[in-house]
Amino acid sequence: MNHNLDTENKLEVDEAMISALSSRERPVKPNGISTSLTFGWRALLKIKYVPEQMLDVTAFPIMFLLMFTYLFGGAIAGSTSDYLQFLLPGILAMTVVTITMYTGMELNNDIRKGVFDRFRSLPIWGPSVLVGMLLVDTVRYSLASAIMITLGFIMGFRPDGGLVGVLLGVGLLLLFSFSLSWIWTTLGLILRSEKSLMGVSMLVLFPLTFVSNVFVDPRTLPSWLEAFVEVNPISLLVTATRGLMHGTATIEEISWVLLASVIIIGIFAPFTMYLYRKK
Amino acid sequence: MGEKHANGELAIEAKGLKKIFGENKAVDGVDLAIPKGTVYGFLGPNGAGKTTTVRMLATLLRPDEGSVKILGYDLMGEATEVRKKVSLTGQFASVDGDLSGMENLILIGRLLGFSRKEAKERAMELLTAFGLKDAAKQQVKNYSGGMKRRIDIAASIVVSPELLFLDEPTTGLDPRSRNQVWDIIRVLVSTGTTVLLTTQYLEEADQLADRIAVIDQGKIIAEGTSGELKASVGAGKLHVRVLDPDQRAEAAKLLTEELHVDIQLPSDPLAIVAQVSDTELVTNALGKLANANIKLTDFSLGQPSLDEVFLTLTGKPVEDHIDEENGEEVQHIHRKGEVG
Ligand SMILES: Nc1ncnc2c1ncn2[C@@H]1O[C@H](COP(=O)(O)OP(=O)(O)OP(=O)(O)O)[C@@H](O)[C@H]1O
Ligand SMILES: [Mg+2]
Repeated sequence: MNHNLDTENKLEVDEAMISALSSRERPVKPNGISTSLTFGWRALLKIKYVPEQMLDVTAFPIMFLLMFTYLFGGAIAGSTSDYLQFLLPGILAMTVVTITMYTGMELNNDIRKGVFDRFRSLPIWGPSVLVGMLLVDTVRYSLASAIMITLGFIMGFRPDGGLVGVLLGVGLLLLFSFSLSWIWTTLGLILRSEKSLMGVSMLVLFPLTFVSNVFVDPRTLPSWLEAFVEVNPISLLVTATRGLMHGTATIEEISWVLLASVIIIGIFAPFTMYLYRKK
Repeated sequence: MGEKHANGELAIEAKGLKKIFGENKAVDGVDLAIPKGTVYGFLGPNGAGKTTTVRMLATLLRPDEGSVKILGYDLMGEATEVRKKVSLTGQFASVDGDLSGMENLILIGRLLGFSRKEAKERAMELLTAFGLKDAAKQQVKNYSGGMKRRIDIAASIVVSPELLFLDEPTTGLDPRSRNQVWDIIRVLVSTGTTVLLTTQYLEEADQLADRIAVIDQGKIIAEGTSGELKASVGAGKLHVRVLDPDQRAEAAKLLTEELHVDIQLPSDPLAIVAQVSDTELVTNALGKLANANIKLTDFSLGQPSLDEVFLTLTGKPVEDHIDEENGEEVQHIHRKGEVG
């Protein structure tokens, strides 16, 4: 047994080894897009090994949609089918925005591994590690959106904006989520543990998503609360998404979301990279 | 080990390298001049500052002070150029445990610019050379310690670097795995790679390194070839265990007379330890013990351990003693900084 292992593992210092070790070929340095895609491939491989991590983008959306439609539908709008037209775009935004926080947790987990030392010592465009990761996350968000909209359609969601409106709505949502992810990557690099990150994320996301126009028309709220809801970026996002899906969106509504996304990326992407390099 | 000082060019030239974490001077003024094509050993105990130094030299950590040139490039000003030429195998696995060995190597190959096909071929070539072909498709986290080390080194040479940093490449490995890693390092060096390796074992530095720096509390306290280092430390220690504790005093007396050195009596009531300057005296001394009818259960003459090197170099009592005895040889070793 032991003997067997020995021969199996024996290293032969032979021609093959010497030739493998003395190869000095250096390929051309790849560009940032190519390295980002390679890191995206790494993230996909991880899904292959741990498929359970897809639960957050499959089970979550289904649960949220069923729960809120049937829980609140009758009480708030009188009928679930009417309420669904109003609720679905909002709950979609809320779900995807909530899922973004897993990005930070994943990074927080990942960054502790020694392999990041290797990534950082490679002659590549620094942000590609994170960009690749976020690209795959964006694919995950699209999957969540597709599942939710399909289920919604079965339940009776009939958007006036048609397929184009729905796609535009999802596109805007993905852009906003991509930008939001940079906040979580920043926190993921600052906070020491996954637990504390989860705590902080909840603290931010809970009030932002619930105290918004996802569930109710803000005009029904006391004025001080209405004021908050009006400036809440999640409300802006929901208004624009809902508008696009039902074909009533104004340029102004959309611009607000685009502006918010650009501001968030402008602040948090460089901040993340600064922390990442310093780590 | 290959042609030393091949053309007199330096792979690493550091002056006054410093890194301070809060109050803790992790690296406190390190100077290095490492010629291309050589192996340089960094010998030091836990917390000496080995990893911190290596991380700075590999562009992962910004030095607080000092100037460093790596293969002629400025470490801080030309980090990208430096990254193209160096590679690091960290103290703790610097491969992705969640991916297979094959996927890890392909990932690095792709990031360095190989096409999908080239990356795959290079990965296969390295896995075969390192005896990991059968484990190619297994997740690295399920590898044994020795296999992990090998895949880690393989990942560092997907494109052979001119300068390779190996941070404690054999700590925690069994003797066979350690020998495998040593073989790999030797072949790498024979192909012209400059290697800086850190270790806690004098033997390892002795086996592989052309020159050795002993580092303690962020400072290099001695530097030289392993021969010079050993000459300053002594030949090693004789460890003896007597069968009958009542005979220890007598045995100690005999050994003192024969070896002409002071004897240490450790807390173990059976053990005697003697710092030996001349190995030939040992044979005689052991004969004397047998003549006096003192039975031994165990005796060994060890190479100086890191402990002993430190005891000698950091100014504990042993140091003065050795200095007087080997005053001549110690001059080869230039001592640096404050000791003690
Ligand atoms: N990121 C850090 N923050 C604060 N202190 C640090 C950090 N990294 C290292 N240190 C401290 O710097 C000193 C040197 O650490 P370093 O890891 O370089 O030692 P080492 O020689 O590699 O030790 P070991 O043999 O245990 O790996 C230690 O006192 C350590 O606690
Ligand atoms: Mg270390």
